[in-house]
Amino acid sequence: MTAISTPALSHLRALEAEAIHVIREVAAERERPALLFSGGKDSIVLVRLAQKAFAPGKVPFPLLHIDTGHNFPEVIAFRDKLVQESDLTLLVGSVQKSIDDGRVREETGPRASRNRLQTVTLLDAIAEHRLDACFGGARRDEERSRAKERVLSLRDDFGQWDPRRQRPELWDLYNARVRPGEHLRAFPISNWTELDVWQYIAQEELELPSIYMAHEREVFERDGMLYATSDFITLMDGEEPFTASVRYRTVGDMSCTGAVRSTAGTLPDVVAEIAATNITERGETRADDRATEAAMEDRKREGYF
Amino acid sequence: MDLLRLATAGSVDDGKSTLIGRLLYDSKAVLADQLAHVEERSVDGLDLALLTDGLRAEREQGITIDVAYRSFATPRRRFILADCPGHAQYTRNMVTGASTADLALLLVDARQGLTEQSRRHAAIAALLEVEHVIVAVNKMDLVGYAEDVFDGIVRDVIELGAAIGLHKTDFIPISALKGDNVVERSAQMPWYDGPPLLERLETVPVEPPAVHGARLPVQLVLRGEGGTRWAAGRLAAGSLKAGDEVVVLPSGTRTRVAEVRDADGLAEVVDAPLSVSVRLEDEVDLARGELIAAADDAPSPTRELTATVCWLGDRPARPGDRFQLKHGTRSVPAKLDSVDGRIDFESLEWPGAEELRLNDIAHVKIRLGGEIAADAYARCHATGAFILVDESSLDTVAAGMVS
Repeated sequence: MTAISTPALSHLRALEAEAIHVIREVAAERERPALLFSGGKDSIVLVRLAQKAFAPGKVPFPLLHIDTGHNFPEVIAFRDKLVQESDLTLLVGSVQKSIDDGRVREETGPRASRNRLQTVTLLDAIAEHRLDACFGGARRDEERSRAKERVLSLRDDFGQWDPRRQRPELWDLYNARVRPGEHLRAFPISNWTELDVWQYIAQEELELPSIYMAHEREVFERDGMLYATSDFITLMDGEEPFTASVRYRTVGDMSCTGAVRSTAGTLPDVVAEIAATNITERGETRADDRATEAAMEDRKREGYF
Repeated sequence: MDLLRLATAGSVDDGKSTLIGRLLYDSKAVLADQLAHVEERSVDGLDLALLTDGLRAEREQGITIDVAYRSFATPRRRFILADCPGHAQYTRNMVTGASTADLALLLVDARQGLTEQSRRHAAIAALLEVEHVIVAVNKMDLVGYAEDVFDGIVRDVIELGAAIGLHKTDFIPISALKGDNVVERSAQMPWYDGPPLLERLETVPVEPPAVHGARLPVQLVLRGEGGTRWAAGRLAAGSLKAGDEVVVLPSGTRTRVAEVRDADGLAEVVDAPLSVSVRLEDEVDLARGELIAAADDAPSPTRELTATVCWLGDRPARPGDRFQLKHGTRSVPAKLDSVDGRIDFESLEWPGAEELRLNDIAHVKIRLGGEIAADAYARCHATGAFILVDESSLDTVAAGMVS
């Protein structure tokens, strides 16, 4: 056999092939998977990858949205349109319902957030729908403890992640076995960076919620970050709302997701801005990760996304 | 821009974290807020090694627990780096990292020379047939940038490489701490006329595996319009197009390819390593776990394997123990038949052994409860590799390569 030279595979093509492989492998080996959908860019990319993985067939599992009730309205509108147009099934786990049922207690005060409460709602939804695998859009470049997490991450009966007991992942031979009560979190875009995600969105011409593009919004400044004014957040003394041109780099709760000043109104402009930035997306826009040095690690151990 | 996957390995204290920190820092993969975090915790100057510590237990104990994966890019190339700690369980970690690597970057401390751990890392890179190896001789600043120290280590590695079958190997004298020959050429070592490390990483050719007959492990069967059936999977080798004669293994059914799809829909031809789906001409029975292979170049199904395994499980294994073997997309019951020799990293000989313990690498025979169609690992990694899963813990306990 002779080796013939083929053009080098682009990094996006290689990452796409790897992600589709992971999605198909989990769908084949697990009985009841679901795709965790936040309406953010990473989960939108996951949906596109799932569509590609099963074409010409349908995506064989539902989306699961953990709804904090503190959403950007643009994101919920986008979610409903995507589900309808793409013939997807949507399950919703409601944090408000968890509060009403007494499963969790709402935080109070001007810095109250429902971010941490989501974990209970998520685990309840996993139990209610008897899910044994959840696809997530987490990436290893997002945060330090993520760099150590496997593509297929085993969660015990309590949804906990144990970094010391991870299965080695060799070649592309994934071990997707779980015992009753356990489930997997599968991260098909583990090896992507934020810039890869944006380049892929541009390449695939994916639609995004409008808040990812620069727009005029009423905001106020807190701890060096810009937050949108909303019913979900109480202004503290000295915090004055003003209008600015901003866009979002990540999509989470209105109460803990910061905006960045930007005039990038189109996808190519946003990609150019991301390529030139010198701050990580979580450092720039997420209050939830700033709380303690090991904030994400702690939440992941408890069963967070 | 293409993608290079590399694995780094080194002994404790040889400066690997500092080197990776420097690569990330100098390629601007480290952003201001991450840097601020490191500055806060650096005791003396900017401690780049702090960029790579991940988990709280690691920070508390000052060690690295597990393989960490990091991405960075230069204008020329996108990199995924598997950082394999040299501390505990180094064989297990190195095997894991090396299994997906195009290139192994082995660090050697110029003052220590080849330690037992470096020999082990080199042997693993050889056993896993990592295509390219770079030996970075670090801490050259601490040996006065002396050429003869570097040359001595090069000679030792070449001698070792000849014994273990190491692939293409480059040698670069560096100081990760001072930055010599990492991104910029060092002014301290005019006797070295090769490229600095980053330039070498950017220009190493990433070649697709030598082309041979197509191999498509079937992940699942998709239904298309009009009830058409599509075998979906990641093409492990070769290419497929309409009209190609193929055989479905292990059943041995022969047919032709009718249509192929890649991630964007119908295609003329699909190549490894893309995720694809194919429709076959006859309505042959297809299921997950089967292998679609080029009819004129197909592996023979077998129930017996001779293989090299790396033991990753905490519990020792003995002949007679049973496991589940996963090869491609096929899982079959497997029984460890015999342990024929376990490598001694000092002598590089394979003396006989009674059992397999964590971090052992051994030649074994395995009997299977169902047929698999495997290639020799040397011929095709994707269809020559397997894992063993313990039936009670469900842990992945071994990585295997078919001889």
